[in-house]
Amino acid sequence: MSGIIGKKIGMTSMYSEDGKNLPCTVIEAGPCVVTQVKTKETDGYEAIQLSYGERKEKHTTKALKGHFDKAGVTPRKVIREFTRFEKGHQKKFGDIIDVSIFEEGEYIDVVGTSKGKGFQGVVKRHGFKGVGDKTHGQHNRLRAPGSIGASSWPSRVFKGMRMAGQMGNKRVKMINLQILKIVPEKNLIVVKGSVPGPNGSYVIVERWS
Amino acid sequence: MSKKELITFVEEQVQVTDIPDFKAGDTITVTYKIKEGNKERLQNFTGVVLQRKGSGPAATFTVRKISGNVGVERIFPVSSPFIEKIVVNKRGVVRRARIFYLRGLRGKKARIKEKRV
Repeated sequence: MSGIIGKKIGMTSMYSEDGKNLPCTVIEAGPCVVTQVKTKETDGYEAIQLSYGERKEKHTTKALKGHFDKAGVTPRKVIREFTRFEKGHQKKFGDIIDVSIFEEGEYIDVVGTSKGKGFQGVVKRHGFKGVGDKTHGQHNRLRAPGSIGASSWPSRVFKGMRMAGQMGNKRVKMINLQILKIVPEKNLIVVKGSVPGPNGSYVIVERWS
Repeated sequence: MSKKELITFVEEQVQVTDIPDFKAGDTITVTYKIKEGNKERLQNFTGVVLQRKGSGPAATFTVRKISGNVGVERIFPVSSPFIEKIVVNKRGVVRRARIFYLRGLRGKKARIKEKRV
């Protein structure tokens, strides 16, 4: 695996060679700094820690500042850990990873936190159809879930029954998004399709191969 | 750079800019590629521009012509790679940016005054 931390900039569209108008998302990815290398001997597993963005000195705790000082960089905003990083990308303290690890045309995954929708009913959250008619004597059951199980057996509601609850604001991974364009001088990746989260939110761009 | 500037930057890279300047009321000829099976040929569409719409890579324009006795309208994306070239035949004088009133007019009434250069 290889990956990078980025920021969702927004969406636009561009034309493919066969004339199709493709929706695409612009991601500002990297440059990221390796701020820690975890090894089997010291931590029990292998991983590298990448940091991205700018954090103001006055918002940095002394503990964090010490951590960044070790890698010899200014404080960064986002810290993420990447396990099973490719052997070829085996990095050391302070190494910089930028968009050059990706190529145009290849397929990548993007991880982000989806937009929060709040506490939602089953019609919006799970695509239920609601109950029956709006009129003809129907009363206040329009978006109700209906029956959630039988009575005497099993006398309980099965685990995992789809009900109302918090929707969105959770980790979502979009897999197999094609990279349409890379602009190295501005650290931009343009991927086909949409990416979870609002504009300006932090995402992880990764490739499993 | 702000988010908006970065988006504009990406859009500028993919946008087609070598089309002539035209607006609603002008008569233009659009030469565009048509794919039939695996053959490609060019076709012309001549008519009056009804409107220019949208911005960036999503920008389009509408061209209307009378074919036989039937009005035909085509919407072209400005940045479409299928557009070979655009020729401006006539500059028209109209008072609004979107001349949909033309749809209700026929014959002599549907004329547009030509701009004196």
